[in-house]
Amino acid sequence: MSTPVLELSGISKRFGAVQALSEVDLRVSPGEVVALLGDNGAGKSTLVKVIAGVNPADSGEILWEDRPVTIAKPGDAQRLGIATIYQDLALCDNLDIVANLFLGSEHTTASGALDEVEMERRARELLDSLSVRIPSLRVPVASLSGGQRQIIAIARSLLGDPKVVMLDEPTAALGVAQTAQVLDLIERLRDSGLGVILISHNMADVRAVADRAMVLRLGRNAGDFQVEDTSYEEIVAAITGAADNPVARRSGRVPVAGTEDA
Amino acid sequence: MAQQTPVSRGTEAVPPIERDPRLIVTATSPRGLITTALHRVRSGELGPIPVILGLIFICVVFQFAHERFLSPQNLSNLAVQIAAVGLMTTGVIMVLLLGEIDLSIGSVAGASAAVLAVLSVKQGYPEPLAIAAAIGTGLVIGIIQGTVFAKIGVPAFVVTLAGLLGWQGLQIYLLGDTGTINVKDGGPIAALTQTYFIPAVGWGIAVAVVLAYIGFTLYGEQRRSAAGLPAKPTMEIGLRALLLAIPIFGAVALLNQFKGVPLSFLVFVGFVVAFDLMLRKTRYGRMVFAVGGNAEAARRAGINVDLIRISVFALASALSAIGGILMVSRSFSASLSTAGGDELMMAIAAAVIGGTSLFGGRGNAYSALLGGLVLGAITSGLYLLQMDSSIRYMITALVLLIAVVLDAMSRRSRKLHARS
Ligand SMILES: Nc1ncnc2c1ncn2[C@@H]1O[C@H](COP(=O)(O)OP(=O)(O)OP(=O)(O)O)[C@@H](O)[C@H]1O
Ligand SMILES: [Mg+2]
Repeated sequence: MSTPVLELSGISKRFGAVQALSEVDLRVSPGEVVALLGDNGAGKSTLVKVIAGVNPADSGEILWEDRPVTIAKPGDAQRLGIATIYQDLALCDNLDIVANLFLGSEHTTASGALDEVEMERRARELLDSLSVRIPSLRVPVASLSGGQRQIIAIARSLLGDPKVVMLDEPTAALGVAQTAQVLDLIERLRDSGLGVILISHNMADVRAVADRAMVLRLGRNAGDFQVEDTSYEEIVAAITGAADNPVARRSGRVPVAGTEDA
Repeated sequence: MAQQTPVSRGTEAVPPIERDPRLIVTATSPRGLITTALHRVRSGELGPIPVILGLIFICVVFQFAHERFLSPQNLSNLAVQIAAVGLMTTGVIMVLLLGEIDLSIGSVAGASAAVLAVLSVKQGYPEPLAIAAAIGTGLVIGIIQGTVFAKIGVPAFVVTLAGLLGWQGLQIYLLGDTGTINVKDGGPIAALTQTYFIPAVGWGIAVAVVLAYIGFTLYGEQRRSAAGLPAKPTMEIGLRALLLAIPIFGAVALLNQFKGVPLSFLVFVGFVVAFDLMLRKTRYGRMVFAVGGNAEAARRAGINVDLIRISVFALASALSAIGGILMVSRSFSASLSTAGGDELMMAIAAAVIGGTSLFGGRGNAYSALLGGLVLGAITSGLYLLQMDSSIRYMITALVLLIAVVLDAMSRRSRKLHARS
């Protein structure tokens, strides 16, 4: 396996009385999709926010391409090449698609004014390259459907040519076709050599695109599996922390209806 | 691959080649333009249409009630009258865009006016220096208030409420026992509202503005089509230029029939245009809208939210200070009543009437001009009719209420249209 692009070890994070993360390890290599799994409140989003610099860790080490780095604010992560799609999409509803795509990294002309033409052209190009079709790039994102908003959020993260992309439940609100589209997108990112961290509760999605599954339980590492040679039950057992539990018992009957046709 | 389900709203139009078939209206024909306009009206994107209609309505009513209302002299006075509060409005619009409120702008204008008078009259400093100091006072006040709000997290409402009291106290303290300080006639301060431009200058400005608009728009649209993006048809640019030229040339023609274009009004409009360009065309303006729309999203995008907030409060106070200077200029004095009356309320009301949302993230600098004209027209008309200010307050309240209801309704309809 190639050297990891991002490697975390011993990450701890505390919110008041809640120890959200304790001594968590995680690594992702270029061209690899790592699924981050865990029950509600397991600490997945918290870990993502640590990596993204939104809520820096209390302790722990972060290695970026084998060099130790500190990520104290969102800008640090962006500069390294870490792009994040948050569970709550973090789009500005009052701004249009182009403005949202380039928020915080707008293009300007020589005179210092916003270069709307260049931004719209690049936005169009980017969305075309993702085979995404949006009626007009100049409507406020408030008027887009959930799937369209998700696509915009993903597209935005790709503008900075990132090396690692983190997606926090990107398909949670999506229909079948849109989910397939997002999964396609993730595969395309992996094929172009990016490291992808995918959070999802949908095992079908995970099995469809993930190479590795990293399980968090109550803020601790609870297993690291190669998805290909691990059964659904094993992963669920790691998530719930018990071999005998309602989900595992029912699993024979509940193959989550999904998009494994791809 | 699965096709994304089409989202179609409104009427079907023949899709042009190379464009997304779901692009509903392609405004290349006059009919397309009308359809777009109707669609925007229905979806709550009214823009400045209600205010402009309201302004026309008010003018018609007053002209019927009093034949001198639309006379050049009255309109010229109106233009000078609205400038000071208009500058305060321009500043408060920035704060409203953040989704916050600044209740201190009246007191800041008063305190800056006192600084101006004390320095130039009592201390004998040159007037331009005193003007700079007054603006500096506003800037510093704004930075203080903005910092307390952004860094400590005290609600802006409370910070500026404290400012409302505190800076008024400063104003009273500075003016001292006399309570009124007269500035000298004929100096630079007085000249601010006493200067009118000869007709040629007014015409020159009007021509330059319209030509600049046409030039920049054509250039921009040409770049768009060169980049393969949908561009506005030349006909639409022409129509927009015409809609801009009519009020500009009309205003200059009217003002030239009296004394010419007043400097103070030009200062006000100049600030409005400058702030409009800043808000729409610069990264800074984009950040202000982003913070107003979703501060957390702005933070995650790497925007320094605190800095934006502090700078906006600083700008608002600085503009209020300039408003205070114009007030001194117009009354030749700084007194306890300078900006001590309804100026604060009128400034905020004008912003909302002009179309800037109280809910943050939506609005534009032109609201200051439109809202200021509406309130100025009401004041001036009622004055001509020799009505009491009691009537003025009630009518102003009614207009403000209508504006806020429209704002809330368009917000609701946007929410209904937004699905997530
Ligand atoms: N800002 C915060 N302040 C206090 N507690 C927090 C904060 N953010 C997260 N937590 C707590 O940390 C724990 C982990 O939350 P987190 O959002 O990371 O869970 P998650 O694994 O993403 O869950 P889900 O699958 O529901 O999204 C929870 O107990 C949560 O209450
Ligand atoms: Mg989460």
